[in-house]
Amino acid sequence: MMPASLRPLLVAGGLLGLAGFVPLVADGYWLSIAVTILMYVALSTSWALFSGPTHYIALSTGAFFGIGGYLVGLGMSDYDQSFWAMAAIAPFVATGLAALIGWATLRLSGVYFVIFTLGLAEMIRNLISWIQNNFLGSRGLYVLTDLDERHIYWMLLAITAGVFLFGWRLGRSRLGFALRILGNDEEVARHVGINTARTKILMFMTTGFVAALVGAVVAPRYYYIEPNVVFSPELSFIVVIMALLGGTRRLYGPLLGVIPFTLLWEVISVSFPNATTMVLGLTFLLIVYGIPNGITGLLSGFAARRSA
Amino acid sequence: MTPGDPILFVNNVTKRFGGLVAVNNVSFEVREHEVMGLIGPNGSGKSTTMNMISGALKATSGSITLKGHDLTRAKTFENARFGVSRTFQLVRILPELSVLENVIAGAVFGHKRRWGAEAEAFAAGLLERVGLAERITAPVGSLTYIDQKRLELARALAGEPSVLLLDEWLAGLNPSELKVGIDLVASLRQEGRTIILVEHVMDAIRSLCDRCLVINSGTKIAEGTPDAVLSDPDVIRAYLGEG
Repeated sequence: MMPASLRPLLVAGGLLGLAGFVPLVADGYWLSIAVTILMYVALSTSWALFSGPTHYIALSTGAFFGIGGYLVGLGMSDYDQSFWAMAAIAPFVATGLAALIGWATLRLSGVYFVIFTLGLAEMIRNLISWIQNNFLGSRGLYVLTDLDERHIYWMLLAITAGVFLFGWRLGRSRLGFALRILGNDEEVARHVGINTARTKILMFMTTGFVAALVGAVVAPRYYYIEPNVVFSPELSFIVVIMALLGGTRRLYGPLLGVIPFTLLWEVISVSFPNATTMVLGLTFLLIVYGIPNGITGLLSGFAARRSA
Repeated sequence: MTPGDPILFVNNVTKRFGGLVAVNNVSFEVREHEVMGLIGPNGSGKSTTMNMISGALKATSGSITLKGHDLTRAKTFENARFGVSRTFQLVRILPELSVLENVIAGAVFGHKRRWGAEAEAFAAGLLERVGLAERITAPVGSLTYIDQKRLELARALAGEPSVLLLDEWLAGLNPSELKVGIDLVASLRQEGRTIILVEHVMDAIRSLCDRCLVINSGTKIAEGTPDAVLSDPDVIRAYLGEG
C-alpha cells in the first residue's frame, strides 16, 4: 500500500529536482517561456483543485492574480514597503476577498456563478483603476527589485511544488472527498452531513491565495504595473482553457494542458499576433467537441482500450 | 424489537408555500425501534413532512426535535449530523464515485463518523447487508434500478442514523424486486432501527409498519396500527373519494 501511494510523490520529487536546474541551462528566451509555463501550471492546477471536482467554473483568477501584482506595486511605489513584505501580505488580502466573494456567490449555481465571477473580476479591475486615477495619482506603479528571471522561476517552482503537495494531500482528505460528493450532487452532499457552503468557500479561498501569490511573485517581471494590465480577464480564460485542455480529473492534468498551450500561444503571438483570441476560441471548441475530459482523459481512454 | 421511548417529536408543524398550505398543524411522535408509515393520497404533504425532518425544507411554524436536538431551524447538514438520514423519492446516486465510495460518502460527515480503512470496511459490510456484495467493483452506471435503491439505502445507513427516512423506497420495483425490497426493510426493522417510511404499497405498509399516520391535504386524519387506519372510513374516503 505505502510504496504504491508514495511512487507518484517520488516521481514528482524527481521532476521537481530536474526542473530546478532549468535556469542553469536555459538561455533568456527559453527561461522566459519556462517562467510563463510555471506561472500557468501553478494557476491552472490550483484553479482545478476547486473547479475540477465541484464543476464551478470560476473566472476570477485574473482578479486575484491582479491583486497580488497590484499590491506589490502599490506597496513598493507608494508606501516604501519591501517586495517580500508585500508578497507576503497580498495573498492574505486576496484570501479575505475570496471569502467575501465566496460567501456572496457560491449559493449561485451553474452559469450564474460563471457570469458573476467574470463580472466581479471586471468590477474589481475598474474599481481599482478608478481609485488609482482619482486618489492615488493617475500613474503606474514601479516594481524595482534585484530579482531576475531565475529567481522568479525558482519562487514559482516552490509555489508549484506547494500546490501539488497540497493537491496530493487534498485528494486523500475528507475535504477532497467532500468536494467530489458535492460536485456530483449538492443535495446528497448536504444530506450526508457536509457543510457545503463552508467547503466551497474554503477551496475558493485557497485558489484565491495561490493566484495572488503567483501575481505577487511575477510582479517584478513587469517593472511597471498598471491596474488595466495586471487585472487581465484574458488570464482568467487562459487558465480555465489550459486546465480543461489537460483535464481536471488528475492533479497533473492541468500541467499537460499548460505546456502545449503555452508553446502554441508563444508561436501564435510571435507569428500571428492578431490571432491570439481566435486561438483561444478554437482551443475551447476543440476541448468541448473533441476532448471533453482533456488530454488526461484521452490518455486514460487509450490505456483502458489497450488493456481491454 | 419492541418500540422504546419517543425520540422524534413533531409538534404542530405547518409548511406554507405562498398561499398553499402543504402541511397543516401536524403533530406526531416516533419511538425508538419503531417503523412508522406516513401514508396518504398524492400531494397530501407526505414528502413535504419528510423534507422538513431531513432539513431540506424549513417549517413555517411548529417544531421538530430529535433526541434533544432542535431540527426546526437547523441546516440540512446539521440535521444529518444530529442523526437523520434519508433516501430520495427519485433515487440519487453519485455517478462519478465508485459503488464503495457512494456508501462511504454516508459514513464520513454525518452522525457517526468513520474514515480511511475503517470507513471502507464498514461500507463494504453495509453493501453486503443490502445484498450488493457482488456489485462492489461494478461501475455505478451499470447498476439496475433496485441495485441503485440498495446502494442509496446503504449510504443512508452508513451514518448509523437515529432515524431513517425512506421516501417511497419501494416505488418503481417490479413484483419480484418488491418482495426482495420488503424483506430488506423488514430485516432493518428486525435490527431495531427507527424508520419513517412514505409508501403507497399497501402490502408493505401492512407487513412493515408498527404504526401509521395518515395525512390528507396536509392535515393528519388518522393514526394507529395499519389495520385500524386502513379500515377507518375517513381514510377510505380520502383515498377513494366520496362514495
